[in-house]
Amino acid sequence: MIINKETLKNIAHLARLDFEEKEADKMILNMNKILTWMEQLNEVNTDNVMPLIHISREINVLREDVVKPSLSHEKGLLNAPKKDSNYFRVPKVIE
Amino acid sequence: MTNYITFSAIQNDLKSGKITCKSLVEHHLSRIESKKNLNVFLSVYADEALAKAEKIDEKIKNNTQGRLAGMIIGLKDVICYENHPLQASSRILDGFVSQFSATIVERLLAEDAIIIGRQNCDEFAMGSTNENSAFGNVLNDADNSRVPGGSSGASAVAIQADLCQISIGSDTGGSVRQPASFCGVVGLKPTYSRLSRYGLAAYASSFDCIGVIGKSVEDIALIMEIVAGKDDFDSTVSSKDVPKYTQNLTFDNNKKIKIAYIKETIENDALQPEIKTAINQKIAFLREQGHTVEAVDFPLLSVILPTYYILTTAEASSNLSRYDGVKYGFRSKNAENLEQMYKKTRSEGFGKTVKERIMLGTFVLSASYYDAYYTKAQKVRRLIQEKTEEIFKEYNFILSPNAPTTAPKFGSFSEDPIQMYLADIFSVQANVVGMPAISIPCGKDNENMPIGLQIMADFFEEEKLMSFSDYLIKNS
Amino acid sequence: MIMKDKYELVIGLEVHAQLQTVSKAYFSEENTYGSMPNTNISVLTLAHPGTLPKANKTSFDYAIKMGLALGSQITEETIFARKNYFYPDLPKGYQITQDKTPICIGGNVIINLKDNQITPENPEGKTINKEHSIRLTRIHLEEDAGKSLHIDGEEESFIDLNRAGVPLIEFVSEPDIRSADEAHAYLTEIRKLVRYLDVCDGNMEEGSLRCDVNISVRLIGATEYGTRAEIKNLNSFSNVKRAIEYEFERQTALVEQNITFGQETRMFDATTGTTTSLRMKEAMNDYRYFPEPDLTPVVVDKTWIERIKNLMPALPRALFLKFTKEYNLSDYDAEVITAEKETAMYFEEMCKITKNYKAACNWLTGNIKGYLNERTLALNQFPISAKNMAEMVNLIDAGKINHNIAAKQIYPKMLENPTKSAEMIATEDNLLLSTNIADNEAFNLEVEGFIGEIMANFPAKVAEYKAGKTGLLGMFVGEVMKKTKGKANPKTVNELVVKMLAL
Repeated sequence: MIINKETLKNIAHLARLDFEEKEADKMILNMNKILTWMEQLNEVNTDNVMPLIHISREINVLREDVVKPSLSHEKGLLNAPKKDSNYFRVPKVIE
Repeated sequence: MTNYITFSAIQNDLKSGKITCKSLVEHHLSRIESKKNLNVFLSVYADEALAKAEKIDEKIKNNTQGRLAGMIIGLKDVICYENHPLQASSRILDGFVSQFSATIVERLLAEDAIIIGRQNCDEFAMGSTNENSAFGNVLNDADNSRVPGGSSGASAVAIQADLCQISIGSDTGGSVRQPASFCGVVGLKPTYSRLSRYGLAAYASSFDCIGVIGKSVEDIALIMEIVAGKDDFDSTVSSKDVPKYTQNLTFDNNKKIKIAYIKETIENDALQPEIKTAINQKIAFLREQGHTVEAVDFPLLSVILPTYYILTTAEASSNLSRYDGVKYGFRSKNAENLEQMYKKTRSEGFGKTVKERIMLGTFVLSASYYDAYYTKAQKVRRLIQEKTEEIFKEYNFILSPNAPTTAPKFGSFSEDPIQMYLADIFSVQANVVGMPAISIPCGKDNENMPIGLQIMADFFEEEKLMSFSDYLIKNS
Repeated sequence: MIMKDKYELVIGLEVHAQLQTVSKAYFSEENTYGSMPNTNISVLTLAHPGTLPKANKTSFDYAIKMGLALGSQITEETIFARKNYFYPDLPKGYQITQDKTPICIGGNVIINLKDNQITPENPEGKTINKEHSIRLTRIHLEEDAGKSLHIDGEEESFIDLNRAGVPLIEFVSEPDIRSADEAHAYLTEIRKLVRYLDVCDGNMEEGSLRCDVNISVRLIGATEYGTRAEIKNLNSFSNVKRAIEYEFERQTALVEQNITFGQETRMFDATTGTTTSLRMKEAMNDYRYFPEPDLTPVVVDKTWIERIKNLMPALPRALFLKFTKEYNLSDYDAEVITAEKETAMYFEEMCKITKNYKAACNWLTGNIKGYLNERTLALNQFPISAKNMAEMVNLIDAGKINHNIAAKQIYPKMLENPTKSAEMIATEDNLLLSTNIADNEAFNLEVEGFIGEIMANFPAKVAEYKAGKTGLLGMFVGEVMKKTKGKANPKTVNELVVKMLAL
């Protein structure tokens, strides 16, 4: 049993997801099945094996520091769920 | 109008005046309408396509048309097309309109291709049956009670039902090849980094490939020639030159080659018997031609899937964090404060499968488990890649099925998530290692459902892969 | 028992500096301050689906430059990483940063502290400059977040993404800092260096330089670290000092009362000078760092490093040594001149032309600084070139113009006519003193005439002088200078007066 109610709550919070009781129970069940299945990897000997991080073989792909035309203010705000003429708006951030 | 198998046939008829771009578009629009029940297209750009067709017909008169004049293309709902909706078949992108076009799309348009619409898919490309769309299932045209495969299910059906000539899909774990095999069409996943990913809504960044689905290998080769190659907007895209794929499609049958298949894939009891038979027939044919076809061992086969799921869910959990209701898309009406806004937006906006994978990915990246799962999977990934490369030192291609069965019925996968994951067993290897793979039609099963043969090649060997595939289709 | 005698402060600083590149860190929109909200944006900054980053080459150049200046080791192969968390000003839901492979490792920031402790080297306890080295853990590249504006009375927060994606370097120090003064000195030194290297304008008020403080206390002599607090929202050097002082009081009080407290993040309130705790939930974030798959590794080879080395300007510490050891300026003067690169460069320009370093220094730190301060101007807006100023100094030293006349008449005219040299103006206004021997003889005769007149007018004073009141010399010289309308070389007049009074 890798995930319990507490772990699920923490993971859900990190991922900004909410689950109702029933959904949560289901999720715990499924996740435990899957995570246990994933533990097969422990049977593979990976001593002295470096993690494979990049699949592309390119290196040093860098941009010259020049300004190029990008998105206009209007287009930037076009898709915003809530906005005014200048800003994106969100419920107040409580510090 | 006939169902054109190759684009060159379209070009001939355009040249002779038998058809025009306009009549082509009209034909496909009416096909799309008549096949509405398949639920392939989420948007159809009818007026636009007709207007463009008229312009291109003019160009043809003046002989100034691009190489893709007359090519009708559908885009999977994960490919950005400026000023057109993009939803990744998810509610969380309700109302979103792309503000730029994918590099692939720009290159297609530059050659006068016509984009006819936006194709349904599994939400955020997560799924193998196109049952995970927020906009309903897509039906297999060969049998409406069966799935088309996924996640590019609609893209494959579009070709199967002649709703367009080429579909641009995406393939992260088999999402172009598997539906191509379920629908009896051709689907190519190029080498990772062969095509620019700029404009592909990301699922798993080190696995995602834009893929091409078509009726013939030569059409796919043409698309590849036009869209592949270096791109200023994608750091990972390969800087290698792009071969003239269309000029190198002839397979020299006199040069005998060595082909491998992983023993546990074909000699597997879980494999549907007709698939086994069909593939064995192909193997027999190749041997008759004098080529060597041998079984090889791949002891890591059983861990390819868990490796895939650990790493893709991890990357996905991060790639999907941007869907938060702040800058675009859906925002829940039920939120009273910021934290609720995030949680309700994402919980209401994402479907079940997506949420499950985000949770898994978040878990494997979390501090206490990172080494045990994520780092471990990265190491195993390297081993899988090395072992696969070893095979290619000796062999030119690896053959396999695309899936253990042909297209199953809807609702086949029970509530057991692992059962669904296991269906990907043959297709994920190409994504885990980054090598190119193609699915070509390989007969039908007893219910007349298409069977697909998967062929994998070494890095950047698309030329050889396509010429061999074309040969097999035409000769066996 | 005074807390300061019982407890010591253990401070590490995290300083973020915005790099003054032309475009942002991972996309090509403009990197600039003060634009209308949400106008320096792109599809990448807004984290639209399908967007991909591409790293800015110059940001690497700047980071390497910085590392070389601080004696860091430049990492040969670096990759980027994602730091995952949710906040409205972080559009992607992750920040692209460097985790396991920072571009620079180690290094030192050398600070000067005023010390007046009685030591064998300083038996009188004079106030001297003591150099102190603060070790750096690392410097790494990352991107800035946007801005959230929270306005009282409003139910919503406003998000401006202009700043999102601006390239940053983050300096992480070892917990070597032991006082608010040291922290202040450290920040001052970093600010000076980033400006010298032209990588950042160091403007804390505009947010191009920001500082978080990691602070704990422990009994003096203890080796283990106490529980630390991270203090954020410090937007000026003085607020950093105030926050540290407040935290020292707060933490020592808790420790004295045996109250245990957990590691936390606290926000500084500039109005009250206090810190308050952020909700623990926000502070205890699991960032789930993993390598950024969308950016390639960057390999920094020797050629690259050499290229940056060749582009390095002279650094303040090296210039300080040059000015004190070679030019014999006082520590104070050298400090003033090296405080800003512009000043040091102007001074160096002057020193190419004049060897009277002290005079050049005085003009620069006196007249010129005064002029600039009055008008709130920067040195690059000062009208007179370093060359012209230096030539004026030489002219004075050569005896061709009188120093007072230079300051009161020539220099002001040069301000108004910046293209004219001191010599030109002196010639035009007939202020040149002759150095021609023949002319001198005639002039000296004239001066002797004046001296004679004055001696005749002040017989009593002459007598007093001859009796021993040598201080009166100045009076005679002054009178003569009046008669010559200041055109005489005071040195020559002095000599002549002495000569004649001795007769």
